[in-house]
Amino acid sequence: MMLELSYDDAWLTVCEAAALTPGRGMAALLPDGRQVALFQDRAGRWYAIDNRDPFTGAQVLARGLLGAAAGRPFVASPLLKQRFDLETGQCLDDEEVSVAVFPVRTRQLALVS
Amino acid sequence: MPNKPTIVLVGHGMVGQRFLEALADRGVTERARIVVFCEEPRPAYDRVRLTSYFDGRTPEDLSMVEDGFMARHGIELHLDDPAETVDREARTVTSRAGHVVAYDTLVLATGSYPFVPPVPGKDATGCFVYRTIEDLLAIEEFAKTAKTGAVVGGGLLGLEAAGALKGLGLETHIVEFAPRLMPVQVDEGGGAALLRTIENMGLIVHTGTGTQEVLTEDGAVTGMALSDGSVLTTDMVVFSAGVRPRDQLARDCGLTVGERGGIAVDEQCRTSDPAVYAIGECALAADGRVYGLVAPGYEMALTAAAAIADEEGQAFTGADMSTKLKLLGVDVASFGDAHGTAEGCLEVVYSDSRAGIYKKLVVDADGALLGGVLVGDAESYGMLRPMTGTKPPVAPEQLVLPAGAGAPVTLGPSALPDDAIICSCHNVTKGAICACSSLPEVKKCTKAGTGCGSCVKVIQQLLPKAADSGMCACFSYTRSELYEIVRTMRFTSYGELLDSHGREEARGGEGCEICKPAVASILASLHNEYILDGERAALQDTNDHFLANMQRNGSYSIVPRIPGGEITPDKLIVIGEVARDFGLYTKITGGQRIDLFGARVDQLPAIWARLVDAGFESGHAYGKSLRTVKSCVGQTWCRYGVQDSVRMAIDLELRYRGLRAPHKLKSAVSGCARECAEAQSKDFGVIATANGWNLYVGGNGGATPRHADLLAQDLSDAELIRLIDRFLMFYIRTADRLERTATWLERLEGGLDHLRDVVVHDKLGLCDELEAQMAAHVASYRDEWAETLQDPERLRRFVSFVNAPDAPDPSVRFVPERGQIKPDLTVLTLEGTSAR
Ligand code: SRM
Ligand SMILES: Cc1cc2nc3c(=O)[nH]c(=O)nc-3n(C[C@H](O)[C@H](O)[C@H](O)COP(=O)(O)OP(=O)(O)OC[C@H]3O[C@@H](n4cnc5c(N)ncnc54)[C@H](O)[C@@H]3O)c2cc1C
Ligand code: SF4
Ligand code: FES
Repeated sequence: MMLELSYDDAWLTVCEAAALTPGRGMAALLPDGRQVALFQDRAGRWYAIDNRDPFTGAQVLARGLLGAAAGRPFVASPLLKQRFDLETGQCLDDEEVSVAVFPVRTRQLALVS
Repeated sequence: MPNKPTIVLVGHGMVGQRFLEALADRGVTERARIVVFCEEPRPAYDRVRLTSYFDGRTPEDLSMVEDGFMARHGIELHLDDPAETVDREARTVTSRAGHVVAYDTLVLATGSYPFVPPVPGKDATGCFVYRTIEDLLAIEEFAKTAKTGAVVGGGLLGLEAAGALKGLGLETHIVEFAPRLMPVQVDEGGGAALLRTIENMGLIVHTGTGTQEVLTEDGAVTGMALSDGSVLTTDMVVFSAGVRPRDQLARDCGLTVGERGGIAVDEQCRTSDPAVYAIGECALAADGRVYGLVAPGYEMALTAAAAIADEEGQAFTGADMSTKLKLLGVDVASFGDAHGTAEGCLEVVYSDSRAGIYKKLVVDADGALLGGVLVGDAESYGMLRPMTGTKPPVAPEQLVLPAGAGAPVTLGPSALPDDAIICSCHNVTKGAICACSSLPEVKKCTKAGTGCGSCVKVIQQLLPKAADSGMCACFSYTRSELYEIVRTMRFTSYGELLDSHGREEARGGEGCEICKPAVASILASLHNEYILDGERAALQDTNDHFLANMQRNGSYSIVPRIPGGEITPDKLIVIGEVARDFGLYTKITGGQRIDLFGARVDQLPAIWARLVDAGFESGHAYGKSLRTVKSCVGQTWCRYGVQDSVRMAIDLELRYRGLRAPHKLKSAVSGCARECAEAQSKDFGVIATANGWNLYVGGNGGATPRHADLLAQDLSDAELIRLIDRFLMFYIRTADRLERTATWLERLEGGLDHLRDVVVHDKLGLCDELEAQMAAHVASYRDEWAETLQDPERLRRFVSFVNAPDAPDPSVRFVPERGQIKPDLTVLTLEGTSAR
């Protein structure tokens, strides 16, 4: 199963879905040099947001811990711990800050046996 | 203020102060002028806790008068100025300093004086009594030049005084005329249990013999002649043979006093002159008794204040003589009809002389509880005393059996009726306590718990659990509760724990960034498995996830372990070479090792491959686990050293490396008392002595520094290690999340004494288990980095990009500084499409 990201109005294949650990993230490099943070939560759902932590400028959000507040999933930045909603990119600790989100999907490759 | 009535209080002791507070509560302080004569040089202090002065409490700590109390209520306090005469005709009091005050109401609260038997030599230099702070100061001073001390009297106060002398380093004797210790409070069996325990502490007890003479030479004490004909050599004598009511002032002005002393009062605490009241230890109550405890005194204070304020209904008709004390560390309690004097009563006794435990309950033929004596283990006092006079809901023998023997019964205070007195010092019922919502509120509104403190435990059980002590939005348990759940129910997975023990709404959910690392740490403490396998990988803080410390630009630092700070030149060279080859910034840390900064996540395996190859292992600078054990150079080189501190530091660091804990752990070993390794600022610090090692615990640097406390002295290597094993495992078991040992120890109920009871004296019987847990940790330790390098699957996470494993992260860049590198922060400031 492959993980795909909506990018430039098309679906970009990023990696094997199995490359991610449920409950953690991984960073991916986009063709334009931007970085996305991909996540799978414990329930198996996928998310993608900008990897850049707007508070420090470091490309680290993919390395944060996942959690849920009021049922909504978030990632906590590994640097100064601000939390970002994974569905909207909204920072939960500062309403003026948000990060971009990207639609993601998984696609089953046809099995060739 | 000509038309305000005047109330004069003579004696500002515990009861006097309680009386003033009661007047203030009733608004009397606004309606009347109040003048207090206080003989002592300081305002009322907590005489009950007098002995704690020797544990480092200052006289100020013992004060019973809230700051500003006197000024706020306009009370005139004459310190160091006893009342000398009372003229009841003219209604005046004259003080030693010559103040003459006219009173409308006079209250005598003059307390007691220590009784000194009229033996020859009783006034010699080296003879003391034990009643005031001044007495203690004098004893402390004299003890500096003394070797041996004897206490005359083996009652409550005598034992306290003996404990104090022992604490001052003297060989201590107790001489008691009665055939057993504490004859008033405990019966023969209790006395025997007490005796054994007290002798085990190294005190020398002489019961059944009196003091005939204090032997002197040039006016100074040299010994004591006892009534059994023996002679005791001693440098000082403390008389503690009971107290007598101070009724001289009352006698002199013609008030009625009892045959055996005490100012006679009625149920309103009024003396034979209705304008004069007497309260506290100086009073002979209407029931014909003189009460030598503070609780009845407080009741008299309230009664007199109510009478003066014209309140109806208060009366003092007698009081319960229940007491719970911790004498020399032994719990002793007696309540109700402790001696079984009621007709037809029965006794239920449990006694374990080896453990120094004796418990007796007195019940009547119907099974109602009449009283009891508890020695050595008075846990159940708080529950039993309020049940006195009622029929307990379970058989009395079950109430005295130790937990674990037969059917253990833990009766909660919920079983008590609403009118049960929970705090006997202040006469507060369960109902009144349940009307409050927190301990501070209880103390403020009812005063319960502010006397002897023995009721606090039960009060806490009665109060609703603090709003929510849960760790986070996912768990309603604290870390230590979760630890117990994981341990006893053998959980190995966060998911299972969350789904079964999480808050209802959190079950099946994601969990959060607070509980995930905390549970990961608990699992690691208990199982010590590779922290990044399976589900555990998702739980670790980012630093643990990459086994390195993330820096501000997303790069990592690397800290190889350098046990004890000792390193060979070859290894130093390897570190230098690795740093040079990978272009890393190097710095000596505050923990006596070397930090290499500026590695990209994808470089970590290659760097560690080199380090592991050269014999380095993870220094766990990223983990909530043992960091460093610093050392000084010690005996091998240093002219002052008395032990090999470097070897010990290395041994300790290797033993506890990788141990996951609620927070990081730091240690140090110094080779002598000069303390060059700063061991007293560490979670556990070791300082060499001529005879072995002293162990200090609970130290901290950081923002709130704390000096470590001395836990044990002159330990052998093996004893030291065993004690640290226990200490660390007990901390891991009971601390809160992210709680260093310093804060934990500050919070631990019973503090250092309790810790010592648990880890040194094995009071909870836990030590075998704690040691076994540590042994299991030591046996299962493996270097995390070596393990990671061996497994390609584990190495997969060390890439900057999942879709471009070989691409370096372009946002991690450096610029030169002082011949090394530093993060280039300019690339990070680009908003949006950064680092193209
Ligand atoms: C590297 C080092 C500074 C240095 O260059 O010397 C350092 C660096 C950090 N310290 Fe420290 N501390 C370092 C020695 C100390 C010391 C001195 C010591 O250990 O003798 C102290 C005071 C002693 C103590 O802990 O009681 C110290 C007290 C702290 C504290 C405050 C702890 C407290 O209880 O108040 C923190 C914050 C915390 O842990 O919550 C902290 C946190 C940190 C963190 C983890 C901050 C962070 O989250 O990024 C730093 C990360 C290190 C890294 O990225 O590698 N560091 N830190 C030292 C590493 C020692 C080592 O070899 O492992
Ligand atoms: C070491 C020790 C341990 C104790 N432990 C316990 C315990 O665990 N539980 C318990 O219930 N009780 C205990 N007690 C007893 C308790 O301290 C007393 O019951 C309590 O202090 C009595 O209070 P009081 O105000 O009546 O007397 P005090 O506290 O003695 O106060 C009387 C004050 O009046 C002053 N005074 C006397 N005459 C005059 C005068 N003419 N003019 C001015 N001032 C005068 C005295 O100097 C003194 O300051 C202990 C006592 C001691 C000494
Ligand atoms: S603590 Fe003592 S032994 Fe160690 S270096 Fe300092 S002076 Fe020398
Ligand atoms: S029983 Fe002494 S303070 Fe409550």
